[in-house]
Order: sequence, then C-alpha cells, then structure tokens
Amino acid sequence: MVKTNENGAFFKLDDVSVSYGQIEALKGVTVEVGEGEIVSLIGANGAGKSTTLMTISGILKPKKGKKYFDGEDVTDASADGIVGRGIVQVPEGRRIFPRMSVQENLEMGAFRRHKADTGTLDHVFELFPILKERRGQKGGTLSGGEQQMLAIARSLMAEPRLLLLDEPSLGLAPKIVEDIFATINRINSEGITVFLVEQNAAMALDVSHRGYVMETGKVVLQDTSANLLENEEVQKAYLGG
Amino acid sequence: MVLQQIINGLTIGAVYALIATGYTMVYGIIELINFAHGEIYMMGAFVAMTFFRLWGMPLWAAAPAGILAAVMLGVTLEYVAYRPLRRSPRLVALISAIGASLFLQNLAMKIWGARRQPFLDPNRPLEFFQIKHHVSLPVLGEATFSNMQITILVTAAVIAILLNLIIKRTKVGKAMRATAQDQVAARLMGVNVNRTITATFAIGSAMGAVAGILVGMNYNQVWPMMGYMAGLKAFTAAVLGGIGNIPGAFVGGLILGMAEGFAGAYISSLWMDAIAFAVLIIVLIYRPSGILGEQIPKRT
Repeated sequence: MVKTNENGAFFKLDDVSVSYGQIEALKGVTVEVGEGEIVSLIGANGAGKSTTLMTISGILKPKKGKKYFDGEDVTDASADGIVGRGIVQVPEGRRIFPRMSVQENLEMGAFRRHKADTGTLDHVFELFPILKERRGQKGGTLSGGEQQMLAIARSLMAEPRLLLLDEPSLGLAPKIVEDIFATINRINSEGITVFLVEQNAAMALDVSHRGYVMETGKVVLQDTSANLLENEEVQKAYLGG
Repeated sequence: MVLQQIINGLTIGAVYALIATGYTMVYGIIELINFAHGEIYMMGAFVAMTFFRLWGMPLWAAAPAGILAAVMLGVTLEYVAYRPLRRSPRLVALISAIGASLFLQNLAMKIWGARRQPFLDPNRPLEFFQIKHHVSLPVLGEATFSNMQITILVTAAVIAILLNLIIKRTKVGKAMRATAQDQVAARLMGVNVNRTITATFAIGSAMGAVAGILVGMNYNQVWPMMGYMAGLKAFTAAVLGGIGNIPGAFVGGLILGMAEGFAGAYISSLWMDAIAFAVLIIVLIYRPSGILGEQIPKRT
C-alpha cells in the first residue's frame, strides 16, 4: 500500500520524541505516510495526536528522531519552510482568523505562494459554495461547520501535497461531519495525501486506508483501517464495541 | 478661542497618535507594553538634530537619518531585550522594557548631555515652518496657527493612510494581522513570525521617530527625558482607543490631545497632565477595552 521512492516513504516520522519541559509527550513515534494515501491516527484525548501534528508542522521541535518528506530530511526545517514544501495543517479548533473576512482567510492560506492564482480560489469555492456566499463576512461570525470548511479551504489555498487534519469532526453535528469526511475523500481523490488525526475513530478508519493507534505518546498498533476496524482491542477502546 | 484649542489639541493629538500606534502595534502582536518606545521617539529626534544642527546637513537628509536610526534601534531592542524573553512570563519582558527605557535615557545623556538643546540652527532658519496664519470663524472664534502645525497634521494624516494601506494590502501587513489574531495559525500558514515582529518594531519605531522630529522642530528643543512624558501620554492614548487597535490609537491620540488642549485653556495648563492621566484612570475603570477595543474575550 505504501508507495515509496528511493529514499523511503513519502513522509516519515522516524523515532521522534518531543517534550514539554519535563513531560515527554511523544516517546519514539514512527509514522509513515505513502503518497496518495489517507492515513489516520486515532487515540484518546492526551495521547499525543496533536503534538504529533504540531511536530510535523515544525511548531514543536523534536528532542530526538528525524522527519523526512519526499526524500529530504526536514527535521530542522522551520514552520514556514514546512508549509513551503507543501505540508499544510488544518489545526484542531480550526483557528481561523476571526477578524479577517472569509476571503482574507483564504488569502492567508496562499501566503507562501508568490502569486495567488484565481484557479485555486475558484476550485475551493466549487468545493465549498457556502464560502463563496460568505466571502465578505468575518471569519469569527461563521458557524462551527462553516469555520471547519473555511479552515480546510484555507489549507487548500496553499496547494498542499500532504494535508494534516486535526480533529475535523470536533464539535460538529453528525450531518456536517459526514459532509466534511466526504470532502476529505474528494480532496484525496484529487491527489492530495492526507494524514488525519481523530477521536472519532469509526469515521476516521472508515475513510482512511491505514491507521495508527496512539496511547500515552507511543504508537501501540498499526494496520490497514479495515483490519483495525475488526480488531477487538480497537473496538473495545475506541469504537464503543 | 474654541477654534484655537481645537487646532492646538489636534496638533498635539496627532503627535500622540503617531507614538501611540507604535505601542499598540507591538502590543497587538506580542502583548508587550514596550516602555522603551518613548525613548525611540527621543532618539529619533536627537539623531535628526545631530545631523541637522550639529553637522549642518539639510533637513531632507537629517530627518530620514533620524528615522533610520530609530528603526535600527527599535529592531535591535526587540532582538536583544525582548526576543530572548518571549517564552518568559509577561512581567519579565515588561521589566526588561523599563530597563531598556532607562538605559536609553542615560545613553542619550551620556552622548548629548542632560540639558535641553535647540533642534533648529539659528543660522539656517526654516522660515517656511514659522509662517503663521490667522482665521476667524463664526461661533468658533479666532485662531492662529503655523505652517509647522499644518505639517504635523498633514504628516500624521499621510502616515495614517500609508499605514492603513500597508496593513490591509501588503504581505507584511497581512502577516501582522494574522499574527496578532492567532500566532500559531499564522505560523501554520507559513508566516515567519520572527520577521513579522521585526517589521512591526521597524514600522512603529519609524512612526515614533517622525513624531519626535516634528516635536523637536515645533518646540525647537530636544532633551533626553522628552520621551518619558510623551511616551506615557501616548500609552494613555493607545489604551483610550483600545490597546492593540490601530485606528483606536489615532482616535485615542486625538481625543487625548483635545482634552489636554481644552483643559489647558479653560482650567489651567498646570492641570494638563493630571487631566490626561485622569482620562486613563476613567477609561480603565469604565471601559478597559478602550473606545474601539474588542469586547469579546480573547481565545486561549
């Protein structure tokens, strides 16, 4: 399943440890994502899922271990350098810019690109027609579902090659969660690799090809999503079975 | 009489507005009250005076030299005194700012002496700025004002428009707004936050230096402590308008200037400073977020 190039996986976290002061949040995490895949990372609150994404994005620096993207060692790349290479995150809680309009939020997504071409904007508006209607409205006035769409749309403006999604279903109504996951599928079918962090394990495993299970800063299980859905421990711990 | 106070109040208010913008921009981005900002204003005025009066350069060269020096000083200050403390408790950076303020006051005294000295060169009077105009309007009464006062108002207006364009239209301006609203999200968009903070200090320092040079020319004096009271007043103006809010800094500056002008004319000029700080206290009690400040709590 994992497509690799001569230097290994498309993206790889190799034995990465991260600490907040004395507290070790990640303890030797290894995760691989192949080009074109949707890979999910599931686990309980506080397991280290968001820390993993913030480390990939270069907001947190690993104390130990390496990061590779597209054959390059990007362990020491700055956060803006990571975005420039095409790894873009939709953070937990959406974190849209509340006092900027929808349009300005989208322009911020294209910040690293030299000239924002209108093609990308048109494409984003086609994916999320509601955002086109609301383009002049302040980001902070949108509903939760619209804010999540804006957060995803904003990340697409960067023309990502690897999209990191942190809890896109958080706090949204089931119908909207379904829409969001359908969109994730569509984005992936357009050639964007997706690494998805979710507490909603059922939805995440349903949409992804492979999955990792994380507990207290460690990856404890990895398999195809189909197998994980059948796994008894996973069912007991994360699927309410 | 009323018209005269309006004109005087607007002039001093425009100066407060220029300085207040530096406070408010820095606060908006790193939530630090840069107490050394008044000293940047003072240093800009001193360097321009040095080039102009002491070294005999023309004003069109001396003023940019003062602005450039202030920009370099402001950027260095951030790098040396604030950046290493970015992860420390806010009080630590505040103490560093007060220390930097005292250091710069003493540095100026060491270089130029503690006394007040003229900005202008008696051998090269800038006659244009001295020309006075007289107007008389019904109800508002009569007033006299100089070309220097007009220059201050026009400069402040032009800078306000330019700043608005920078903030709204340019890449660095968008980066500044994004960083002020959510620093982590800005970094996730690929904004280089360090560079954005440097740009913020540079722009704020340039505006402070412009104010310092205008004040130096208007009152024909500069002195090492000139930034102390001006800085406190401008800080008051920034809080009055809503700290972190750029249009608020301009509104706050103009209101404070007018309040001072009228207090000076109708109560007593001895009470001007007391009125300014009474305004600060009243705002902090009844509307701590300022006139244009956001009422919604900040996200955590």
